[in-house]
Amino acid sequence: MPAISPDEVAHLAVLARLDLTQEHLGRLAAELEVILASVATVSQVATEQIPPTSHPLPLTNVFRADEVRPSLTVEQALMAAPAVEADRFRVPRILDEDS
Amino acid sequence: MSDLTRMTAAQLAALVADGQASAVEVTQAHLDRIGDVDSAVHAFLHVDTAGALAAAAAVDATRASSGPAALGPLAGVPLALKDVLTTEGVPTTCGSRILEGWRPAYDATVTRRLKEAGVVILGKTNMDEFAMGSSTEHSAYGPTHNPWDLSRIPGGSGGGSAASLAAYEAPLAVGTDTGGSIRQPAAVTGTVGVKPTYGGVSRYGLVALASSLDQAGPCARTVLDAALLHRVIAGHDPLDSTSIDAPVPDVVGAARHGDVRGLRVGVVRELSGEGYQPGVQQRFDEAVALLEELGAQVTEVSCPHFPYALAAYYLILPSECSSNLAKFDGMRFGLRAGDDGTRSVEEVMGRTRATGFGPEAIRRIMLGTYALSAGYYDAFYGSAQKVRTLVTRDFAAAFEQVDVMVSPTAPTTAFKLGEKLDDPLAMYLNDVATIPANLAGTPGLSLPVGLAPEDGLPVGLQVMAPVMADDRLYRVAAALETALVERWGAPILDGAPAL
Amino acid sequence: MSTVNGPDDPRGDHGDHGSHPLLPWETVLERFDPVLGLEVHVELSTRTKMFCGCPTAFGAAPNTQTCPTCLALPGALPVVNAVAVESAIRLGLALNCTIATWCRFARKNYFYPDMPKNYQVSQYDEPIAFAGWLDVEVPSDVGPRVYRIEIERAHMEEDTGKSSHVGGDTGRIHGAEYSLVDYNRAGIPLIEVVTKPIEGLGPAAPEVARAFVAELRALVVSLGISDAYMHQGSLRCDVNLSLRRSPQDPLGTRSETKNVNSLRSVARAVRYEMQRQGALLEAGGRVVQETRHWHEDTGGTTSGRSKEQAEDYRYFPEPDLVPVAPDPGWVERLRVALPELPSARRRRLQGDWAASDLEMTAVLNADALEVIEATIASGASPAAARKWWLGELARLANERDVELVALGIVPVDVARIIALVDEGLLTDTMARQVVEGVLAGQGPPDQVVAARALKVVGDDASLTAAIAEAVAANPDVVDKIRAGKVAASGVIVGAVMKATRGQADAARVRELLLGQLGVDG
Repeated sequence: MPAISPDEVAHLAVLARLDLTQEHLGRLAAELEVILASVATVSQVATEQIPPTSHPLPLTNVFRADEVRPSLTVEQALMAAPAVEADRFRVPRILDEDS
Repeated sequence: MSDLTRMTAAQLAALVADGQASAVEVTQAHLDRIGDVDSAVHAFLHVDTAGALAAAAAVDATRASSGPAALGPLAGVPLALKDVLTTEGVPTTCGSRILEGWRPAYDATVTRRLKEAGVVILGKTNMDEFAMGSSTEHSAYGPTHNPWDLSRIPGGSGGGSAASLAAYEAPLAVGTDTGGSIRQPAAVTGTVGVKPTYGGVSRYGLVALASSLDQAGPCARTVLDAALLHRVIAGHDPLDSTSIDAPVPDVVGAARHGDVRGLRVGVVRELSGEGYQPGVQQRFDEAVALLEELGAQVTEVSCPHFPYALAAYYLILPSECSSNLAKFDGMRFGLRAGDDGTRSVEEVMGRTRATGFGPEAIRRIMLGTYALSAGYYDAFYGSAQKVRTLVTRDFAAAFEQVDVMVSPTAPTTAFKLGEKLDDPLAMYLNDVATIPANLAGTPGLSLPVGLAPEDGLPVGLQVMAPVMADDRLYRVAAALETALVERWGAPILDGAPAL
Repeated sequence: MSTVNGPDDPRGDHGDHGSHPLLPWETVLERFDPVLGLEVHVELSTRTKMFCGCPTAFGAAPNTQTCPTCLALPGALPVVNAVAVESAIRLGLALNCTIATWCRFARKNYFYPDMPKNYQVSQYDEPIAFAGWLDVEVPSDVGPRVYRIEIERAHMEEDTGKSSHVGGDTGRIHGAEYSLVDYNRAGIPLIEVVTKPIEGLGPAAPEVARAFVAELRALVVSLGISDAYMHQGSLRCDVNLSLRRSPQDPLGTRSETKNVNSLRSVARAVRYEMQRQGALLEAGGRVVQETRHWHEDTGGTTSGRSKEQAEDYRYFPEPDLVPVAPDPGWVERLRVALPELPSARRRRLQGDWAASDLEMTAVLNADALEVIEATIASGASPAAARKWWLGELARLANERDVELVALGIVPVDVARIIALVDEGLLTDTMARQVVEGVLAGQGPPDQVVAARALKVVGDDASLTAAIAEAVAANPDVVDKIRAGKVAASGVIVGAVMKATRGQADAARVRELLLGQLGVDG
């Protein structure tokens, strides 16, 4: 059972965009380990030959026709936004170049 | 006029249809009741007085202009809606600070169907934050109190919905169930709660916790009421790719004709014994004996992988929820924290989420992020999905021998507020009997079968049926309910202390 | 250029302004073996988005084409667009791929403001199409050479919203104070085509890359699933490139270059990266695994955030969607109904036009196949269509540094101009003026002709009069002509052209002049 290091916990918090205090991270490291220890039992029965289930029901091929349906108005789209400018969502500056 | 708040939904619907009471009168009576007791119970996060009275008035107007035939079977009946389902223009918080004050731009399909049926939505009920919990103590807005004993939990995550029923604030409620969040609160409050077959009720507008496990379902004080509500909210929805495209099973017919003669009932060996409070086990055993008296053939069945279900669930749920909760980032809706004009978006997202989410949500997001991480997927999430297969096979094998399975719904009666807060693992054990049905997608129902002798608190029995056989749940529950009421002389809730 | 912040400035300018040492091209080829990988995103031209019924029309007012699903409001759910799936299958078939009998969507998890769910619904280890190939022809002086590019996979995914960055100097991210996001584009269907590593190209790498993207573009257009305008972003290319000393060595570290917005840039970006990485390696440096950004203006790449640690996307199967299991009968019907593929079409057109290999190469090099075909369809002869598109129009496109298709004159108009010339109503010179007028936005050809009163002076009477004037004004030139210097007639012709403001038919003028003077020419 891998022990979770403080660095690993900090890295997870970055991946999850959670700005947590050092103290909270420390507590989480302990909590995550306790929980993980108990769920390691899962691998005892989950052997190679068992196929995984991602869906409770055997549905396939659920599609919709390529037909336009009414959109929200721009007011509705923006109504809950914390910050708006020129009919767009205003967000703080982006550091990480992507796309 | 006898107390409208003590009536069942079926009775109230009939009164409104017959013209013996107006929908507005019925709604007002329940709003008054909420005013009287909810400061103690705290089942509601938001009471939509104006909206409810307007909806009730609309039902009355329809009846006046087009007659009772124009009304749906539950028209004018009040209902409490768990705050995880969106209601257009009405606050929807999911029990979290991160959605404080959020008014959605759209109705959930469940909400829409309720409105179209003339059901009067009184307001939104309290819940563990984002449906994560078994006690409603993880609500950011303070816990709900069990009407049986205000120092105790009402169950979770849908404690508000169940408590509203037990406190007679509403005859109907809608909850959601991911690992037992309808059934377990029903058990500890002495009410009826049903998790339909996965896909039976639309998830469009149900703020997702674990997408492959979540299901909305009916909550009521009687089996028939639950069936009537089930029929209104269930059915295929083209907006939900995971919804079942098939007719809703005849749950109302089954609830009206409870009968277990010749029915094969399996008691799940793995869901009893150690870990179950003696009084809970006792009432359960008595109820099973009663089923036998009523003509059921009771045997024991084994579901050998059920003991692994809890562990699998606590890997699958956090994984899916860590992804589902990523959209709460302060950019388009909800709380935005830390934006002083100099910080980056990455920092503001981090501040918003750390501030807006409670400790249990943060814990599960972190666990899920870990379980899905590169290098760990196969051992954690991947393996958990295999246990899911094994649990599904256990159900299938059992249902070759029996028609329904039964177990105590929860291992204990309602525990004290604060009792299990410091031990997440102890909290998670509340769901040990209910989780298997979520993993397999099978339907489950909890109904009250007595009060535990040691503490006088409600005990629930869980009925489980195969996929799409939701009607079977109601058939068994109706038979048992009738027999129990006959044995006690009154519904169990009549014994709840006055508030 | 953006404001230069210091290296410790948390606002993150990396000091990379796009000028790097470049190893000379010949030296790169001598010392290194390039390996190329291409990822092309095709934006589908379906009416609605991938997972919801919002319209996909380009250019709508911001945030007017959104709904709870594509805006990622809590509680909303996706439902798959049937036509998008069909398009993906057809593209997979046209790329000679195996079509999956069963596949799923997966969530790719990362946080970014233009991606409202903070995960993208895509496909991970179960793409709808895989293991295919596409032959591309690279023109050369000795005739076209065919490269078979192996396709790793083609899969379905959704596009992101669009952000504009406010407050910086260049409108780019670095130095911006905040951003504004429009989600109209969020959720539009994309198909991503990924090649296997392409080895053994040597000096042909830039051209092969370009040819692949061009061929894929032609394919996608011929299938009718996308308009594939690189300049509008409906076809986007990411270029992956690494170098190694020899083909026996393991693959080197690669860079990924984005924002490559034209076919020309594909080739340039490949070449640039080969030279940049070559210089770095020769100097004893290390190539960093990172995403780079192509700059059209400087002709170079700059570094984005370094991704030394590969991003952890935590893929898992999308639980809100059910698997896609295309019925084999349906797939077969789609295969049978595929339209003529571009390579077959090229061969057919070459035959129809009676064009030589060299002439066809010129057409393809100029990326003019469609416009020429469309011009012919509007009535022009193959020779005339080729002459105009490869001649005057290609020249103008080069001058303005745009692709032919973006020049601003449509095949129907070109055909009309050719017809006017054929009918003798316009001279070549006038025709060029008409083109200029159309490009300047003065309307279709007939409108420009009328506005500028362009009319060939072709009747002999007018011409004779004009010739007489010019002859009278240039007696010594006339003597020369009479003396046998026929070439001097050009002066008289020139004078007549000037007098008629270029509207005389020069050939006829010369004919009449020589006739008048009694000289054979």
